[in-house]
Amino acid sequence: MAEILKNGQVHSDNWQVLYPEADADLASVTVADGQWLVPYALWQAQSALQSRSDVGVWLSPNDDLNQVAKHFSQWPLVAIDFPKFTDGRGYSIAWRLRNNHKYTGELRAIGNVLVDQLFFMLRVGFNTLALDPKVSPEIALKHLTPFPDVYQGSTDNQEPLFRRTDRAVAGAH
Amino acid sequence: MYRYDPYDHAMVKARVAQFRDQTNRWQAGELSDEEFRPLRLQNGLYMQRHAPMLRIAVPYAMISAAQLRVLAAIAREEDKGYAHFTTRHNLQYNWIPMDRVPDVLERLADVEMHAIQTSGNCIRNVTSDQFAGIAPDEVVDTRPLAEIIRQWSTFHPEFAFLPRKFKIAVHGAERDRAVVQVHDIGLHLYRDDKGDVVARVWVGGGLGRTPILGEVINEALPWRHLLSYMEAIIRVYNLEGRRDNPYKARIKILVKALGIEEFRRKVDAEWANLKDGPATITDDELARVSAYFVDPTYAQLPDTDAGFDARLNSDKAFARWVQQNVHAHRVPGYRAVTLSLKKKGIAPGDITDTQMEAVADLADAYSFGELRSSHEQNLVLSDVELRKLPELYDSAKALGLSSSTVGLLTDMICCPGGDFCDLANAKSIPIAKAIMERFDDLDYLHDIGELDLNISGCMNACGHHHVGHIGVLGVDKNDEEWYQVTIGGRQGNDTRLGKVIGPSFAAADMPDVVTKLLETYVSLREPEERFVDTVVRVGLDPFKVSVYGDKANKKKEANNG
Repeated sequence: MAEILKNGQVHSDNWQVLYPEADADLASVTVADGQWLVPYALWQAQSALQSRSDVGVWLSPNDDLNQVAKHFSQWPLVAIDFPKFTDGRGYSIAWRLRNNHKYTGELRAIGNVLVDQLFFMLRVGFNTLALDPKVSPEIALKHLTPFPDVYQGSTDNQEPLFRRTDRAVAGAH
Repeated sequence: MYRYDPYDHAMVKARVAQFRDQTNRWQAGELSDEEFRPLRLQNGLYMQRHAPMLRIAVPYAMISAAQLRVLAAIAREEDKGYAHFTTRHNLQYNWIPMDRVPDVLERLADVEMHAIQTSGNCIRNVTSDQFAGIAPDEVVDTRPLAEIIRQWSTFHPEFAFLPRKFKIAVHGAERDRAVVQVHDIGLHLYRDDKGDVVARVWVGGGLGRTPILGEVINEALPWRHLLSYMEAIIRVYNLEGRRDNPYKARIKILVKALGIEEFRRKVDAEWANLKDGPATITDDELARVSAYFVDPTYAQLPDTDAGFDARLNSDKAFARWVQQNVHAHRVPGYRAVTLSLKKKGIAPGDITDTQMEAVADLADAYSFGELRSSHEQNLVLSDVELRKLPELYDSAKALGLSSSTVGLLTDMICCPGGDFCDLANAKSIPIAKAIMERFDDLDYLHDIGELDLNISGCMNACGHHHVGHIGVLGVDKNDEEWYQVTIGGRQGNDTRLGKVIGPSFAAADMPDVVTKLLETYVSLREPEERFVDTVVRVGLDPFKVSVYGDKANKKKEANNG
């Protein structure tokens, strides 16, 4: 059981993430019964996985999104891995999946998912967040919206502040 | 200048609360040092040699007298009574205890200042021309678009964890005073044949370990597409920039590796999805922000003044100050004035609390309460009446801010170096001080004329040594501090990187080295020729011979043989 954040609440679900060894032969990796998120390359390597409804994929920064996008309808969810919280590629991958490739299903952040990045993740298009095991879900929940508004558009709200509001014009200063 | 509306206030206040909470969680052990590090850096807070260093943003060089007074009060009450202006308009404190930082940020928020994204691998404070809005050669006032860029980049959700830092500079004049070609993105705003504002966009410039000048990726980008186009550039960089080696992580390395044509192709493909989308800047938004940068109420004045002329003819020191530190203004009867932060015995860019308060008073008395900070680490009063220059000069002189050396040898750009900075390989301030002591004869300095001497204490090049006419770089050799010298670099429209003259020198030799370079220049120069122009004309060899003597020739012969 993993604790995830979804719609501003803590949920538990049964999705487990399979991280094969770096030098593993993907064709011979065993994916046990149960709900598994497997690397896209593994999903491609084993055709048996492609008919399992309890298998989703996770994407690494090196996967070709044009290829990935052909299979959206086959997956119950897509995850993007943050190997380290300072590796910001996942934000742009999520943005591209949502905006260029029009992915509308569940998009989950996995890996080194810490408190102070959740706001950014929700903005670029993640809708479920699988917290790093060291993070307290209760503390994380308190930090989902540190700012009262945003200046620039992103996946959550395409319109920048200047299109959404009538900001007063200067004059009195 | 720009003033915060309720949205801006709320955003900056929320940032202070967020950072206070982050600091508390770090102190409670909920955040590891490694996890806290990028959070504090994106609030300008470094762990340094002696104490934390806090870098405050001065967006595109604009600062008010009221803000400067608060900076002075913080220097006095929270620091050791001084602060340091950097080469990117910003201001740094060196001695504020970690647990005082949230309170300091709160004080700054009250006067519409912050430390947001002044460090870290994110979009940094946008820099510009310190004479924006007043320069006679200005075509487009950069300040409204710079403010729009500031807001767009603030807490950008996608670009908070880029491969490396990302610096944007913008200028809009005939002459580039913002060194846009050494930035990750450089923008030159100008008007096209139809009179519409467009940007020439450079990408992939930067100093540091691998100095590279930017290449033009777009010759004429309409202003309303600036944000969406930069979003495309930075998205490509975020996804494809190297993350395996911090020294190869800047966008310049990616652009070089791909080539500008291929990089442009990728950006254009990305931009195709964004162009004319919601990030397109609206006329209303430009008008709203531009309204903050309307002219102050200038007096109708003649462009001459008898009292000014009389002083000019009778006081040589005043005349020199006018020549070097007073700059043309597009409004008749007005001038811009540089208050020099370069003085013998003082680290370049340093200013005390009492000087800051006095400068704030000068800004109120002579310049509509506004100032600029220049990337040459000086302060500028932008709107001074010509007829008041004599009394302003007297006031500045009394404050020790009237060194009439702007643009001359001792108007050095100098990073904090090994005295303060953890990254430094060598000290830079003592080199600057030794050179100032050697060259304190104003007649000689004026005879030498325009000369940019830039000093960095390490490869990161905060002192812009590559683009100095004379550049000095501190290097570490077997735990000893040595200094490598380049000549022929320059900033401006024809930005060039300097060339290394030979093996590096000990600190004690540096004044002699500079003396020999100058002697060579004086012996070879043609009338009205600047040092850097002589270097370009005659090449490096005469300078090498003067500095290294026979060794220069022998080495050359050995190389040829």
